[in-house]
Amino acid sequence: MDFFNSITLIVFLPTIGALALAFFPSLKDEEGVNEAENKNLLLMATLAITLITFAVTVGVFLLGGDDRFHSNTADMQKAFSVDWIPAFNIHFAMGLDGISFPLIMLTTGISALAVGASWSIKKHLKAYCILFLLLETGMLGVFLALDFFLFYVFWEVMLLPMYFLIGIWGGPRREYAAIKFFLYTLLGSVLMLIAILVLYYASDLTKLDAGTLATLNLNESVVSEVLAIQADSDGNHAPMHTFNLLALAEIGQNTDCFSPTVQWWCFLLLFIGFLVKVPSIPVHTWLPDAHVEAPTPISMILAGVLLKMGGYGIIRICYPICPVGGLELAYLVCGLGVASMVYGAFAALAQKDFKRMVAYSSVSHMGYVVLGFGVWTLMGDGDYWKMGINGALFQMIGHGISSAGMFFMVGIIYDRVHHRNLDEFGGLYGLMPKYTALAMGLFFAGLGLPGLCGFIGEVLVVLSVWKFSPLLAIVSASVVILTAAYILWAIQRVYLGPEYKGPHAEEICPINNREFSIGAILLSLAILFGVFPNLIIRYMDDTVAAQVDSLNEWRVRYEASVEQDTATEVEEADHPAESVVTALSADVVLTDVAHPLSSMIRNEAAVVVSVNEQQ
Amino acid sequence: MNFQSLITDLTADSQNSIMLFMPEICLSLFISLFLLVRLMSRRIDLFWVALVGAVAGLISSRPWELGSEELIGSELFTGLLVHDGLTVAMRTILMGFLVMFLIFTKISGIPDREDGADIYTLIFGATLGMCLMVSANHLLVVFLAIEMTSVPSYVLAALMKGRRRGSEAGLKYAIYGAGAAGIMLYGISLLAGLTSSAHLPTIALQLAEILPNMSASEQAVLCLSAVMIAAGVAFKLSVVPFHFWAPDVFHGACAEVNAFLSIASKAAALALLLRLAVGLGSVPLETVADRAESQGAAANVQLLDIQQTRPVAIVEDVADDEAVDSAVAAVETTDQFDDRIARKAAKDAQLAPVRNFIALLVAFFAVITTTFGNLAAYGQTNIKRMLAYSTIAHAGYMIMAICPLMALLGVDSSGAENAASALLQYIVVYVFMNLGAFAIIAFLRNYIGSEEISDYSGMIKTRPALVICLALIFFSLVGLPPLAGFLGKFAIFASITEAYTATTQTYLLVILVVAGLNTAISLFYYLAVIKTMIMGEPTTAKPVGNLEVGKIETAYVIAITAPTVLLIVCWESVAHVAQQAVVWFIA
Repeated sequence: MDFFNSITLIVFLPTIGALALAFFPSLKDEEGVNEAENKNLLLMATLAITLITFAVTVGVFLLGGDDRFHSNTADMQKAFSVDWIPAFNIHFAMGLDGISFPLIMLTTGISALAVGASWSIKKHLKAYCILFLLLETGMLGVFLALDFFLFYVFWEVMLLPMYFLIGIWGGPRREYAAIKFFLYTLLGSVLMLIAILVLYYASDLTKLDAGTLATLNLNESVVSEVLAIQADSDGNHAPMHTFNLLALAEIGQNTDCFSPTVQWWCFLLLFIGFLVKVPSIPVHTWLPDAHVEAPTPISMILAGVLLKMGGYGIIRICYPICPVGGLELAYLVCGLGVASMVYGAFAALAQKDFKRMVAYSSVSHMGYVVLGFGVWTLMGDGDYWKMGINGALFQMIGHGISSAGMFFMVGIIYDRVHHRNLDEFGGLYGLMPKYTALAMGLFFAGLGLPGLCGFIGEVLVVLSVWKFSPLLAIVSASVVILTAAYILWAIQRVYLGPEYKGPHAEEICPINNREFSIGAILLSLAILFGVFPNLIIRYMDDTVAAQVDSLNEWRVRYEASVEQDTATEVEEADHPAESVVTALSADVVLTDVAHPLSSMIRNEAAVVVSVNEQQ
Repeated sequence: MNFQSLITDLTADSQNSIMLFMPEICLSLFISLFLLVRLMSRRIDLFWVALVGAVAGLISSRPWELGSEELIGSELFTGLLVHDGLTVAMRTILMGFLVMFLIFTKISGIPDREDGADIYTLIFGATLGMCLMVSANHLLVVFLAIEMTSVPSYVLAALMKGRRRGSEAGLKYAIYGAGAAGIMLYGISLLAGLTSSAHLPTIALQLAEILPNMSASEQAVLCLSAVMIAAGVAFKLSVVPFHFWAPDVFHGACAEVNAFLSIASKAAALALLLRLAVGLGSVPLETVADRAESQGAAANVQLLDIQQTRPVAIVEDVADDEAVDSAVAAVETTDQFDDRIARKAAKDAQLAPVRNFIALLVAFFAVITTTFGNLAAYGQTNIKRMLAYSTIAHAGYMIMAICPLMALLGVDSSGAENAASALLQYIVVYVFMNLGAFAIIAFLRNYIGSEEISDYSGMIKTRPALVICLALIFFSLVGLPPLAGFLGKFAIFASITEAYTATTQTYLLVILVVAGLNTAISLFYYLAVIKTMIMGEPTTAKPVGNLEVGKIETAYVIAITAPTVLLIVCWESVAHVAQQAVVWFIA
């Protein structure tokens, strides 16, 4: 497909809008001396651009007739690939499937709502709008890119606008928070870059057969080149490296290009890079600072979309490309997920700052996402993992809606009373009834009340964990109690109570229509997806199922090959009388060659040994 | 060979060489012209003359040959210089930079009518030396070229006459330079003494023969000479621990001179490092020594039918027999070609210890240079001093490309080409980034009369275009996509990874990780400046500088910054040209 298509249109619409905004004239005052920005015009234009982007997304993917996004297939849809930097086999390749599609909708939707929440921004509005739109391009690009290099470029593109959006329009400690955010992400992405390069140079397209190549969204020229090399088979040809994410996943699962050591390390490097973004402990500390300092709309974007990139990266890149790492590090991933949940919940409980509390609740809730991805049970047929991933993906969407809503609610009250001290609120129920109703609904969605969007994701993840580790399941289920505690306590302190205790009581006024409609949209989405979760799950179900099945097939092969290795190594040691020693030495050898095995497989190896002896 | 034939050879050789030596001749002519004009009248603005000179130099460098596969290598002046893709590419970069630089100086107004002739003479003289550096094929030329570049640079550093800092900078630079030159000359004499030649390919050939049965003391002398020569190049590159001059000189000299020193001189030194590393680490396919061996046979070899035509170094169409006899056969058969490749591979294999030594030496320098440069830059309060350390750190990133080059040379020639081309790509990007940065600093100096970072506070309100451009350039220097600095870094990182995948040498992994972490460290100090400019409160003090930042300045800055933003769109062409430029050089 050509470069100019609906996907590139959606990605670059905000950029084009940003360029157009740059040429917007400023207003002159009556003497024509002092210039001022035409704030309403700028904001309306930005809102229009984001709304158009959203409308195009809906129009193309949901209403596009036969051309729309189909929910009943696991394939990449609307995928295209254009030559970009052939010197490094880099292509401008994009496409979307069931994993990225809901996130695209979330991104365009939350972006439009966040612009709607931007009327509280007072200074340098033109720069703000331009940076905001560039940010949207970066976010959409990350979710749509199918080329690892392109993915990385978009991943970093979104850093710069975010840095300035926090650093210029943020609160008192904005500069510190902005640089902390920047530095954490950059450190993570440098590790990611190393992993990208290692995987690139280890990859080899010629190891794939023609049937597979056809499904990978590769350029025709690339495919024909690979086929030519294969046809010219003296077995001694130079490898064809690739950045294509689908091809890398195929190579990771179906060939021996990536050795277990490479996979283990690359998984770790990539995982750290994504974990910073999720964020999970121990690399979460940038998040509370960034959230507290960021202006309300940017907090909405940060919580609603940016954090999802980490989760998206883990499921799109870490697991399919480096399954060995995923299998071996399952306990690390799940452990970090549960630890984040527990730690985030306790930290939220301890906060005095309203926004900081919501920020820690994000750490806690994103822990479910990490946990859901990590549930790769060593036994069972993968249904639990499917459930876990579905739950995690649903949690990403649900949290995107509820956390954006919660930050918006905090922002509304902050705009009026200019403080966020939880102990100095109270009685807002009487002063701002509509606002309080919306806020309670959104906070309950964050809490995970059944019937609201927070519940589905959490329950799916917790259920799927049981088979993996009952202990983790019990711990993660009981986090719900902590969540209920800090949210109910916050509601009690802020909204209930006899009277408002803090400063600026005179400025409290009911919310206006703009604020109400943003809140109402978010709340109705929270209810809608809570009651009909299948609205989202039906889009991702097939893709997730296909990915899990293919990874499970890989695992069967992998474990068989590991067993085989064990058996051969045992046979090679030709001292049948010292069978115990042999089994032990086999273990030692295995750990040496970086096949760290589960104890289960070791036991099986011992069984194999004894069988051999009997023969 | 009698005297007569010797003369004929030399004449033919010189005639050919002169044609390919035009850029240098062009520069020399214009240097004389500056001095003559100066004699006649002091009122003529020499800028236009200089610009014509630079453009003439650019054209005579034949940039259009880049990327074409016909560009073949040849030795000039009996092997003193070499003319190949790398020469053309580097000359193009240098001359192109010269053009942009002259425009920059004109706009910023540093060379006034009074001392314009001096400055242009010095700049052209230094550029002449750099052109020789990038085509050096002989240790004497290496030394000569470095000196020809350095001596005008010393004077340029002290350009701000009457300022203590300027004079101090010039003096420091000269003393360090003299010391480094002395050490390097000593190293050259040791190497030449060991191998009884100063011609790089001959040295490589000689080394390949004597290396296997070398005594320990001889090996020690060889290592010593390599380290000493490295010291000379490291001084030009301001590589730690030979960097001490850089911050002081950059602080003392004006921003214009800094731009010249940090870009042109560094680019030339990098090309020289490439020449030395590849020249000593491998035997070229067509060496004089090779030819000498085959000379006896050449008389007997009839020009066989053209199955495989690989043009050799000097293609001469001199008719008489003697010339044909002395020159190489213009055409050779596939068999001979294969044979030659095999012989080269055998020699290269013997040179593996040399390559390994160079790679480790460079890796060591690269690791300490990037780390030290980035850490030291953090504490600076003067923007020029900060950029001096940033330049040091970038020199570290750039010389990293030598490690994969050495590791892959003789193992995987396409990988080695990638490494060399990665370095070229980085240089291209670096030209724009540093020129833009120093141009903005110079314009802002004219405007506010200060180069302290704290005085840039809140500058976004008064000079938004310049500040945005400087921010983009700084982010590019950090290496953030989609800015061009990322592409240069990516190419070098990729090349290191490629070498690591192929050889699994631990030091390659170490430099990769160090380079990655340094990228994150470098964010601090660039961001500190950006933060001051964009988020700081404007200073209340009135600007003390007398010149406004006008439209021309802004337009120039935008024109220089644009490539750092837009190169990602058309990166393939740069990568392709860089790749083509080094093909002959590596093979």
